[in-house]
Amino acid sequence: MMRKELLERARRAKTKKAALGEDIAIENFVTGGEHEPLNSLNEIPDEYKQNLLDSGIEPSEKDRSGSFLQRDCSVVFSTVKYPGLELMSTTEAFKKHDWLKDYLWKAIPVDMDKYTADVELDQTHGYFIRSEAGKKVTMPVQSCLFITSDKIGQKVHNIVIAEENSELHIITGCSVSHAVNSALHLGVSEFYVKRGAKITFTMIHNWSPGMEVRPRSAVIIEDDGVFISNYILMTPLKSLQMYPTAYCVGKNARVTFQSIVYAPGDTKIDFGSRAVLQGEGSKAEIISRAIATDSAKIVARSDVIGEGANAKGHIECRGLMLSDSAEVDSIPELKAKLKDLDLSHEAAVGKIAEEEIQYLMARGLSEEEATSVIIRGFLNVDITGLPEALARETKKMFDMSLEKVM
Amino acid sequence: MLEIKDLTVEVEGKEIINDLTLNIERGEVHVLFGPNGCGKTTLLMTILGLPNYKVRKGRITFKGVNIIDLPTNERVKLGMGMSFQHPPEIRGVKLGDMVNIAQGRKEEKIDEDVIELAKRLNISDDFLNRDVNRGFSGGEVKRSEILQLLAQSPDFIMFDEPDSGVDVENIELIGRILSELLDRNKMPSKRKKAGLIITHSGSIMRYIKADRAHVMLEGRIACSGMPNEITKNVMENGFEKCVELCSEKEGTE
Repeated sequence: MMRKELLERARRAKTKKAALGEDIAIENFVTGGEHEPLNSLNEIPDEYKQNLLDSGIEPSEKDRSGSFLQRDCSVVFSTVKYPGLELMSTTEAFKKHDWLKDYLWKAIPVDMDKYTADVELDQTHGYFIRSEAGKKVTMPVQSCLFITSDKIGQKVHNIVIAEENSELHIITGCSVSHAVNSALHLGVSEFYVKRGAKITFTMIHNWSPGMEVRPRSAVIIEDDGVFISNYILMTPLKSLQMYPTAYCVGKNARVTFQSIVYAPGDTKIDFGSRAVLQGEGSKAEIISRAIATDSAKIVARSDVIGEGANAKGHIECRGLMLSDSAEVDSIPELKAKLKDLDLSHEAAVGKIAEEEIQYLMARGLSEEEATSVIIRGFLNVDITGLPEALARETKKMFDMSLEKVM
Repeated sequence: MLEIKDLTVEVEGKEIINDLTLNIERGEVHVLFGPNGCGKTTLLMTILGLPNYKVRKGRITFKGVNIIDLPTNERVKLGMGMSFQHPPEIRGVKLGDMVNIAQGRKEEKIDEDVIELAKRLNISDDFLNRDVNRGFSGGEVKRSEILQLLAQSPDFIMFDEPDSGVDVENIELIGRILSELLDRNKMPSKRKKAGLIITHSGSIMRYIKADRAHVMLEGRIACSGMPNEITKNVMENGFEKCVELCSEKEGTE
């Protein structure tokens, strides 16, 4: 599709409300100016360092194969330390690679809703990450989308490509400075996992109560490709709606979505994961843990659609209610379009069992400590598929986020 | 060590324990027999201070401290511990985590000592990494409970049916370790620990020498005596008959 046609379709979808989530007036948010570029991530002002750390980003760039930082609407840092890995702003990448247009809006329709349309019409960068064929970049790449100005509308378009038989591990942190009362983050992310390739994508959302967030993500997985997503959200925000979709188009393509959501305050979250199993023998696993406390409202969706022979999908969603004024809506869906399929789901929403607290108290914990241990256990999803060091680190990030809220 | 006087306990508005009196001295192990529903477990839970067990009357003193108003964890800090018969499963909390909690440690790593203890109970590293009580067999539950108690090392230990749902081999192992936990391998004057064991079948008694046995009926201690005698009577004649025999004996004395 030509750019002109994309723009035209985007224009027509400019007022098209999203299927889910409350409607946001995009025009209330502004595009910010340029920020000073950095020579190293460590140069970021001290007041912002903790924001980065809290979203899993390492300002020292230690143990990272590359780092990317976009502050508001301005890309202030981007560097790559490993051969075979490309990392730059999407804007830059389009100038460099003529072929990249073949990946633009191929996983997500540009006119899906007003948010995708707006990202096309009023894009402010985003990141492009690519691993070359056969290159296994086991050290993670980190990318941070950071908001530091009030009323900003950050509208990024990210494109990630793992070429054939390559491996890519991404930590992406979305964070916001305490000075921001209200802001909008629109993030389109298109992932392409080629034959035999693997992407792990660990995303930590570290938002604040004034944030409205509408990510739009999709993944296309070819033969024997693997995509593993780990999503962690532990901080309050105004509203978030996302429903990333993985299309397992290739034979034996595999996807895992793991989401851990802790919603305090007046947070409104409508999140889910969808897998479309088109390839023969393709597999999906969707695991989510959602905790609602205070007056938070969570809708936890999951959907597996089986279209390919011998496809296998499993959904496991658990919700935990910590307050009578909170709400958890768990909606698992399975659609089978063939007979040779194996799709299953288990969903449960409950409260902390009194006898579990008593049991822990009988081992010497106070009621508060016992509650905290149970919550920690509830959220404890064994992260599989990550290289050992990254798994350890992800666990650390998770513990840190939890430490902050408990 | 533990003094219970005229204790009356209600659970969900129903009186389960009625004017019960029991003393356990330091160094002593007592055994509690009784039919289902007579209030044995309620007594243990009340001593431990779980919230659903409401004390309507009476006194419980532990190491000279009136513990009636103390929450469970404070009682545990004073040195009591409990092996549950039906412990709840807790998702995402591993047996190893429970052991660290029982030891009062914050770290995630499991102490070498614990691994040693676990080995003696035939508990593997894999087992330490399983969610506590999730899918555990009867014998596994008992061993896991005892491992946690070993880590906690309380002075006064309550066991709720350590021998139910366990095969012979495991009963022997559990009995041996319990004996050790309760200082039974030491000379009487050297024994510092005390224990209260609930048993339905009495099979654990072959491996632990107790000092005193009681039969509980309808919320009271109906009869007390030498463990051998009581065990034999209960096994041969059943609870009611045993109590009858006890009373007759009292009458002739």
